Amino acid sequence: MNDMRIMERKVDTKEVKIAAKDVQVYYGDNHAIKDVSVEIEDKTVTAFIGPSGCGKSTFLRCINRMNDTIDICRVTGDIMIDGEDIYNPKVDPVQLRAKVGMVFQKPNPFPKSIYDNVAYGPKIHGLAKNKADLDNIVENSLRRGAIWDEVKDRLHAPGTGLSGGQQQRLCIARAIATEPEVLLMDEPCSALDPIATAQVEELIDDLRKSYSVVIVTHSMQQAARVSQKTAFFHLGHLVEYGETTTIFTNPVDPRTESYITGRIG
Amino acid sequence: MPFTWLVLILITIATVGFITGRNRALRSAGGDSRDLHSLPVYYGSNVAMWAIVPAAIVLIIWMLAQPFFVNSRVLGTLPDTMVSEGSSIGLVMSDVRRVADGLDTAVEQAAMTREEAASISTETSDVRELLGEVGVALGSNVSPEVLQGAQLYRALNATSSTIMTVVVLLIALGGAAYSYSRSNAQFRARNTVERGILALLIAAASVAILTTIGILFALLFNTIEFFKLYPAADFFFGTNWAPSFSGRGGASDLGVLPLLWGTFYISFIALLVAVPIGLFSAIYLSEYAGPKVRGIAKPLIEILAGIPTIVYGLFALLTVGPLLASMIGKDTLGWMQGGTAVMTAGLVMGIMLIPFVSSLSDDIINAVPQAMRDGSYGLGATKSETIRQVILPAALPGIVGAILLAASRAIGETMIVVLGAGAAARLSLNPFEAMTTITAKIVSQLTGDADFASPEALVAFALGMTLFVLTLGLNVFALYIVRKYREQYD
Amino acid sequence: MTDASMTPATAPKKKSSLLVQDARTRQRNAAETRFRMFGMAAIGVGLLFLVFLFTSILRSGLPAFTQTVVEIEFTMTQEQFDTAESKMLKTGEYQKIFVNALTEQLDASGLDVAFDGKAIERIVGKPGGTIRSFFLENPDRIGTPVSFELAASSRVDGYMNGRITRDTLVDSRFLMAADLDLVDALEDAGIVKGAFNWNFITGTDSGVDNPGGAGLGASVIGSFFMMLVVLFLSLPIGVAASIYLEEFAPKNRWTDLIEVNISNLAAVPSIVFGILGLAVFIQFAGFPQSAPLVGGLVLTLMTLPTIIISTRASLAAVPPSIRDAALGVGASKMQSVFHHVLPLAMPGILTGTIIGLAQALGETAPLLLIGMVGFVAREYPETFLGGLTDANSAMPAQIYTWASRADPGFYEKAWGGIIILLLFLITMNAIAVLLRRRFERRW
Repeated sequence: MNDMRIMERKVDTKEVKIAAKDVQVYYGDNHAIKDVSVEIEDKTVTAFIGPSGCGKSTFLRCINRMNDTIDICRVTGDIMIDGEDIYNPKVDPVQLRAKVGMVFQKPNPFPKSIYDNVAYGPKIHGLAKNKADLDNIVENSLRRGAIWDEVKDRLHAPGTGLSGGQQQRLCIARAIATEPEVLLMDEPCSALDPIATAQVEELIDDLRKSYSVVIVTHSMQQAARVSQKTAFFHLGHLVEYGETTTIFTNPVDPRTESYITGRIG
Repeated sequence: MPFTWLVLILITIATVGFITGRNRALRSAGGDSRDLHSLPVYYGSNVAMWAIVPAAIVLIIWMLAQPFFVNSRVLGTLPDTMVSEGSSIGLVMSDVRRVADGLDTAVEQAAMTREEAASISTETSDVRELLGEVGVALGSNVSPEVLQGAQLYRALNATSSTIMTVVVLLIALGGAAYSYSRSNAQFRARNTVERGILALLIAAASVAILTTIGILFALLFNTIEFFKLYPAADFFFGTNWAPSFSGRGGASDLGVLPLLWGTFYISFIALLVAVPIGLFSAIYLSEYAGPKVRGIAKPLIEILAGIPTIVYGLFALLTVGPLLASMIGKDTLGWMQGGTAVMTAGLVMGIMLIPFVSSLSDDIINAVPQAMRDGSYGLGATKSETIRQVILPAALPGIVGAILLAASRAIGETMIVVLGAGAAARLSLNPFEAMTTITAKIVSQLTGDADFASPEALVAFALGMTLFVLTLGLNVFALYIVRKYREQYD
Repeated sequence: MTDASMTPATAPKKKSSLLVQDARTRQRNAAETRFRMFGMAAIGVGLLFLVFLFTSILRSGLPAFTQTVVEIEFTMTQEQFDTAESKMLKTGEYQKIFVNALTEQLDASGLDVAFDGKAIERIVGKPGGTIRSFFLENPDRIGTPVSFELAASSRVDGYMNGRITRDTLVDSRFLMAADLDLVDALEDAGIVKGAFNWNFITGTDSGVDNPGGAGLGASVIGSFFMMLVVLFLSLPIGVAASIYLEEFAPKNRWTDLIEVNISNLAAVPSIVFGILGLAVFIQFAGFPQSAPLVGGLVLTLMTLPTIIISTRASLAAVPPSIRDAALGVGASKMQSVFHHVLPLAMPGILTGTIIGLAQALGETAPLLLIGMVGFVAREYPETFLGGLTDANSAMPAQIYTWASRADPGFYEKAWGGIIILLLFLITMNAIAVLLRRRFERRW
């Protein structure tokens, strides 16, 4: 299995994981996302940047249909994952979200123990055959979340007792535990201090090896540090999408340039 | 009515004070209100306040203290032998008061003059008959001591009232004069008036404390009185409740345990009905229902909370009881003997508590941050998994608090059990038998004709004390839990 | 990240399609549906109870508003009147006239039933007295047709609205099975009919043996006076206390004590307030028993926490910017509160007060202890002060009294009383809702 992973990294496939076409999102009468089409690649970190209220979080939440939980929200257009339309009525959002994990802006551990936080996903999706298996999944996820060493001695302490950065890594570990293929991160570092941010960024870079990671961020430096592809949103439009280096050094659209240089936003 | 007159005079003094005070202040400023420290109205109000508030306080205190003073003076003159002759101080005093009231009525109806009423004696005339003529029926012949007591009682009351009137009026006039003399342009009338208003506001806020003190005193004194007549251990650990009715003699068994058992059993059944229905309603309304359904169903369910308990009581007695009896009663399964039973009362009380549980739980479930739900949905959990495994555990302390509050409601509920539970105190496990509760027995012990000095009546206060302590403990504990819970998510 | 490289990658993905639900998801969705059903069932059961409650109130209570009457019209001649007045048994003579008139009317309708005076007495009581006193008072009506509407006995009433059937009727001196034929015939002739029972709304309580004549009127007045006391005490005291606690109270132990006290008083069982009223107001202060004044005082103490809690909420809802604006132009703290905050909070305060009053109106348990139950309210109070201090009943207390009487005829009255009580409550709550809608302000 190790071989396969290495092979995959070497090949560095640029296979398209998520394809969105003409996506429109409305909150009641408010047209929040207008005509967004984008192709997000597998095993890549894609950053969504833009001023607040530009629709980048809204679009992110469309990818695992989290917007379904908001009554007044309506989505049209196609979003395909692995060639399957996720807004097809046959698709169960529950199954979809197991495949497309999400990490939120504010760390939101459940008021349970660290162990139960991580075990929650595998339990509801029935991923573990037995207790030992579950222990294994929890340990692996915590290791991949780069937090195992800090919590291995207090797995049954409440998750809410951890520091902000630890909580966010716990939430990432919790998301990984359900074996997703895509990981969505909605400003995962905005509530964290610089040291915790650095730890999480390092983790994101590492996660790229196995997942397609989409991250929404306010910080252009963060986008530059962690992503390979960057999409710039403005007023509900996807203004520009391309290689991160290109966007930051040689943007095509004047709006992107204005944002990058700090004139709007 | 001299009291009404006194109040009217007080108001007149205050009104006159208001006008003159205001004018004096204006005059001192040469008629130009801009030279005054405060608005003219404040100068007037200041005088009115000084005229009426101290006088009113004295008036109220005097009226509260007067009966004590008069009673003790009258009691002092009564020979001790009267009290020890098998009756209590209270009974003798009530005789004295009755005779005194009778004399008042007689004077009022001009059946005798004031002097006659003060000098009449049992040797020269039949007081009982005399009073009977003016419509005051007395139970027995008036003894000379009681008559003298009554005359003293009247005399003291009259003197006291006269002195009170004079004192109160003097205080009112003095207050008005004092504040009138201070009404000039430099006087900070607004600040004084505002301090006075603040004092009134504080007094109003203290009514809550006074109420609690009143409750505690009413319960405590009579409970102590009861424990003097009946051993506390027998009350708390007695398993038999069989009060003998007054006049019939014989010792009463006044054990609280059967009543406690009935109370808890009925409350338990009520919670068994209310908690699942209320909780599931709250879950459905807060997590599943759209705004439309919520907008209709929530107020409808809450109608149940606005219905007076007498309606539920009648519903238990006349609808649910007979219905249960016809379904599982004598003619069919034979489980129930009559309509009133633990089941009847518990079921109806449960219906009453549904909105209580559901609206409290609704608030508590809504207090769970949306981030928790997002976290769970983001992992691919279904709604019910999120509710059962994330929201409910997170809300558990709050929900426990809500259930405890509902339990306290159930324990203190009166009308439903009075009408629906039956009257027999028994320690039984059968929910289809009639049982009774603390509240029902408080009612039955205090609405009979028993005199207040007997243990059969006083026991009601001990029961009230038990009830008060129980519900207060539950409430304090529940409110503490709920507050802690809310702080957690604030 | 050494952690990551040590662990195997997320195994070869079982490329499951999103379009096909796997077995486990189906199972979970089924559980979801079940759970949702539980929720709906709970709501449904709650609403079902509500419907059940209201239908049983309406079904049992509405008959209390109708009354069976025997309506008969006849002309009394001067000659008949004089003859009757000259007899020894005067009312008996009038009764004969009445029976004759009845027979005529039955014959005119083509119905032929045999009956005697006794049967008539069982159906309408003794009508002679009523007729005689009418003509004695209105001698000018002699010789003109007069229509009499006489209340039928409560058993006939019961037969007419289905409480008593031919099968359940046991012959007694009150009503015989044979009388029912006559009742049926009279009904066919339009002589016996239902009429709106005004007496139930305006009348006073009757004795324990006359459910037909019982009315709620006096106790409505009793309730009215109680609510007057509650309104005039609890509104000013409640508002003053709330203003102090919300605007002026320093954060200290005394304030904390008051706050804890208020939240606990709100949850003290109402019966305990009854004990307070009995011990303090009646035993200690010597107020009259069964007086609406005492009831009002007890209910005031009970409602005060409710009013304080809602008043504080509406005061707190007035934004601090209003206070700052008033203080900024040089108003004192007291002026800013009384001139600006209080008027803005007034609709909320009134809404809370009305809801508090509605609660107090339906409260029964404390009234049991201060003697408002079991008292037969036969009279209306004569003066305003008398309304406060004379013994009276109150609506819920009257309902309880009826419910605990032995004659089942009173149950119907109790249910009818509940309908009137609920109408008052609905009106009060509707006013509160309207107030809130009309003046609601979002800051």
